[in-house]
Amino acid sequence: MRLTFPHMGNAYIFVGDLLRRLDVEFIVPPKTSTRTIELGVRYAPELACFPLKVTLGNFIEGIEAGADAGIMIGGVGPCRFGYYAETQRRILRQIGYDIPMYILEPPTAHPLKFYRVFKQLCPKKTLRHLWKELRISWKKAVFIEKIEAYALKVRCFEKDLGSTTKAKKRAISLLENAFSETEIEKAFEEGLGLLNQVEKEDRVAPKIGIVGEFFILLEPYVNFDIETILGEMGFYIERSVFLTDWINPGTKAPVTGHSKDEVLNAAAPYLSHFVGGDGRQTIGHSILFIKEGFEGIVHLLPFTCMPELIAKSILPKISYDFDIPFLYLVIDEQTGRAGIQTRIEAFADLVRQRHLKNILPKKDKINWTQKGKIQPVGVNIR
Amino acid sequence: MLGLPRALLYYKYGLLWETFLKNLGIDIVTSPPTSKLIVEMGLDVAESEICMPVKIFYGHVKYLIEKQKVDAVFLPRMVAIEKPAYTCPKFLGLPDMIQAAFPEANIISETFNRKKGLRSYYQSYINLAEKLGAKKWHSIKALLKAEKISYEFSKKLHSGDSFSEAINKVKTKKKDSKIINHNRSNIRVGVAAHSYNIYDEYYSLNLLNKLKSMGATYITPDNVPHNIWAKYSNKLPKFLFWTYERELVGSAFYWIEKGMVDGIIYVMSFACGPDSIVQYVLEDEAKKFGIPMLTIVLDEHSAEAGLITRIEAFIDMLERKKR
Ligand code: SF4
Ligand code: SF4
Repeated sequence: MRLTFPHMGNAYIFVGDLLRRLDVEFIVPPKTSTRTIELGVRYAPELACFPLKVTLGNFIEGIEAGADAGIMIGGVGPCRFGYYAETQRRILRQIGYDIPMYILEPPTAHPLKFYRVFKQLCPKKTLRHLWKELRISWKKAVFIEKIEAYALKVRCFEKDLGSTTKAKKRAISLLENAFSETEIEKAFEEGLGLLNQVEKEDRVAPKIGIVGEFFILLEPYVNFDIETILGEMGFYIERSVFLTDWINPGTKAPVTGHSKDEVLNAAAPYLSHFVGGDGRQTIGHSILFIKEGFEGIVHLLPFTCMPELIAKSILPKISYDFDIPFLYLVIDEQTGRAGIQTRIEAFADLVRQRHLKNILPKKDKINWTQKGKIQPVGVNIR
Repeated sequence: MLGLPRALLYYKYGLLWETFLKNLGIDIVTSPPTSKLIVEMGLDVAESEICMPVKIFYGHVKYLIEKQKVDAVFLPRMVAIEKPAYTCPKFLGLPDMIQAAFPEANIISETFNRKKGLRSYYQSYINLAEKLGAKKWHSIKALLKAEKISYEFSKKLHSGDSFSEAINKVKTKKKDSKIINHNRSNIRVGVAAHSYNIYDEYYSLNLLNKLKSMGATYITPDNVPHNIWAKYSNKLPKFLFWTYERELVGSAFYWIEKGMVDGIIYVMSFACGPDSIVQYVLEDEAKKFGIPMLTIVLDEHSAEAGLITRIEAFIDMLERKKR
C-alpha cells in the first residue's frame, strides 16, 4: 500500500517525514499546478470551497503517480474541512478510483478512531514509537516554518531581489534532508545563517500583516505567493497562520509566539464566539497586528468560505475603528493573477503613502539597523 | 419594543420565541415577510459574498430598525440544539456580524449551546429573560408555555401538516380536520431543504405552492420527528456535524427507505457552506437507491420561469417513471 496526501504548502514535508519514520510507503503528488486545479474543479461539487477542489486534485495526481490509498485529516466541524476526506473519498470512487481513505480524526476528540487508523497503517508500531518519531518530525516542521517566518521578516531588506527566496529554499531543503535530531538542529542553525548572510540594505519597511484561511495562506501556488510579492516590494511581513501553530495542542504557538488566549481575547470585542475554521483567529490576529504597529492588513479567503466570510463581515468595522487599510482577496479557480497583481500594487501604494505621511509614531517603525529586534521567535524549542 | 427578524431560524423557532417573549410581557414586533425592499436593504448592508439567507436576515434587521423603529433586536446565538452537532458557522457568528454592521443597534442575545447540557440550554432562556428585566419565576412559566405550544406545533407537523397549516392550527386553536387530497398526479416528492429556504415565499419563489398547484404532494424535513432523522442520518459512514443537514439527510433516508417519496427536490442557497457538500453526499446516496433528485440553487437572481420549467420537467419524469 502506498499512501498519498495533499500538499498544503510545506505540510507534505512534515507528513512525508513522519510516514518515512514509521516505515509507511507513500507517494508525494506532483506540486500543485494548473493541472491539479483543473482536475479538482472538474470533479468536485461546483459550490464546494476551493481548498477541497485543490486537495482533490492532489489526490488524483497522487493516484496517477502510483498511490493506492489516501490519508487526510478529519474533523468535528462546524467548518466544511471536517467533511473533506469523506466527500473526496466519494468523488474518487465515482470517477473510478475506489481507494481506501484513512481519515485521521483529531486524537483529542476521537482517541479510539485515531488509534484504529494508526494501527491499520503501522500494525507493528506502538503509540510510543509514534510519539518518539512525531516529536522529531514535529521539530523539523516547526523549524521549517520558523525559517519561513524569518524570511518574511527580512526579505524587505535584501539588496538583490530574490536572494532571500533563494536562501530560504536552500535552508528548507537542508532541513528537509536532515534526519536525526542533531542533524535537524544543525540544519536549522545553518539555515538561519543563510538568511542572515543575504546582503541587506538599510531601508524603512512598513509592516503588513497577512490573515485568513489556513489553506490559502499556506499554499503559495493558490495565493499567488503574495507574501513574496509584498516582501520584494519592501514590506515587512508577518502572517497569522502556520501549520505547526495550527496543530499545536499547547497554548503558545511555536512560530508566531502568540498564545491562543492572547489571540482570542484580542478578537473578543468584535467576535466573542468561535465560528469554526480560522474566523476568530483572523479577527484576533488583525487586532494584534494593528496594536503592534502594522500599517496594512491583507485578508485572504476562498470564495464562500464560511468562517472567513463571518470575519470579513466584521473586519470593515475594525478597519474603520483603527483607521487601517485592509485588502480583501477572495480566491477561487477563476481568480486571475493579473487582477490580483494590480490590486496588490494599489494597496501597497496606499500603505506606503500613509506611512510616509507619518501616521505612526517613530518608535513603531523598523528598519534593518534595528535588526536585533527581528528574531525568529523562541528559537530554542524542546 | 423588541423586534424579531422574520428570517433564518425564525422559521424554526419563531413560534416558540414569540410565545416566550409575549408571556414575559414584552412588547414584540416581527418584521413582515421578505419583500423586494427587504432584500434590497439586505444586499445594501451585508457582506457581498455571503449566502443569500444571511443577506436577507440583514435586510430584516435593517427594516426593523429603520422602518419599524424598534428599540432592540432579538437575536439569540444558536450554537447547538442537539448534543452531537452544530448548527451552521454563520449562526455562531451572527450576533457579532449584525453588531458590526449596525454599531448603534441594541442587540439582545444569548448563547444557546446544547453541547453544554440540557440544563445550561434552558438556563440560557432564563438569562435572556433576565436581560429583558424578567424575574426567574416568571421566565420559567413563560418558557413552559412556549415549550408547550412548540410541542403542539411539532406534533401537528409530524402528523403530516405542512408548516403553514400547523402554524395556523396552533395559532387559531382550530381542531384537526383531515384535508382530503384530490391529486391528479399523486406524485410525492420530498423537499430536502432548510426551513428558511422553502418557507420564505418571496425568496423561494413560492416553490411549495407551485408543487401543490402542479398536483404533487410534498413532505419536508419538518414533518419528520427528531429521533427518526437523527437515527437515519447516522447511517452515513462519517458522522455529519451540522444539525439541519442531519435533519435533511436523515429525513431523506427515511423517506427513501419507507418508500414515501417518488423523488427528492433539494433546495439550497448559492454560497451555502454545508449544503455544497451535503448535496453531493445525498445525491451519491440517492443514486444507489435509484431515487431521482433535483437540485435547485436559489440566489438573488433566481427566475420564476426557469424554476417552473425545471420542476415541471422533474414531475413529468417522475410520472413517466411511475407508469
Ligand atoms: S475554512 Fe473555509 S475554505 Fe476552509 S474548509 Fe472551512 S469553509 Fe472551506
Ligand atoms: S446553512 Fe447555508 S444558507 Fe444557512 S446560514 Fe449557513 S451557509 Fe447560509
